[in-house]
Amino acid sequence: MNRRFRTPTVWQEMDRLQREMDRLFRATSTNRLGTGGYPAMNIWSNEDKAMITTELPGIDLDDIDISVVGDTLTLSGRRVPEELDEGARYHRQERGFGKFTRSIKLPYTVDGDRVEATYKRGVLSISLPRAEVDKPRKIQVRSA
Amino acid sequence: MEQQNQSLEAEKQEITTTDDTERTRDRQCFIPRADIYETDDTIILLADIPGADENSTDITLEKNVLTLNANVDWNMPGDYGLNYGEYGIGDYQRSFTLSDEIDRENIEATVANGVLRLRLPKSGPAKTKKISVRSG
Repeated sequence: MNRRFRTPTVWQEMDRLQREMDRLFRATSTNRLGTGGYPAMNIWSNEDKAMITTELPGIDLDDIDISVVGDTLTLSGRRVPEELDEGARYHRQERGFGKFTRSIKLPYTVDGDRVEATYKRGVLSISLPRAEVDKPRKIQVRSA
Repeated sequence: MEQQNQSLEAEKQEITTTDDTERTRDRQCFIPRADIYETDDTIILLADIPGADENSTDITLEKNVLTLNANVDWNMPGDYGLNYGEYGIGDYQRSFTLSDEIDRENIEATVANGVLRLRLPKSGPAKTKKISVRSG
């Protein structure tokens, strides 16, 4: 029918422009979704303890460095690719490799001496107990 | 051949179903990133499946299609609340079409630290036999 050859309306052109600009910005920015970089972290907490989990498959534990200062945790390390034999050819290369460093702010100050980290199935879990001095104190209200 | 290293990407790619079927489990499913490389006699596939181990991973080969399925069961204990979430936790699924030159009987798979390593040996074309010619 004739519809196919209708020239696009102004709105369609604006939409298309918007999408092209989005695509352009996405291609240049390295942090989508506002993540602070690699690796992606989830922070869980309750009143006494915070837990950070991050997915780091295939890491050698000697290559990871975790440090805690006050209420900031810094995780750095590197992912090393598997050694290839002579004459190996890649079909696909999607997994990333290289060094990474990330600092993240915790919901409260933590006690650096009691921080523990475990690495299981490629997931690094860091448990950070709240610093005693930071715990909220209940204040009694007396009638005067 | 030079290997070009992919840069570290934090984002996980969620699976998109092309047909109308859904997965039976009601959780997210991701496409694991995979490296595939080939040597003279094997093809090696490495896939990032953090959160899964050898008991929760299924690999099936049907006709020419190799399908990886890894289930991740992970629950936060007790009364923790999520303050900040950057990644989702879910299962992994990916399929590949294999060429005919794979020796299906000898495929090996191992999972260590959230990385699946599949070793697919190639059964070459029928080995050429050298026939010596004698005078007779």
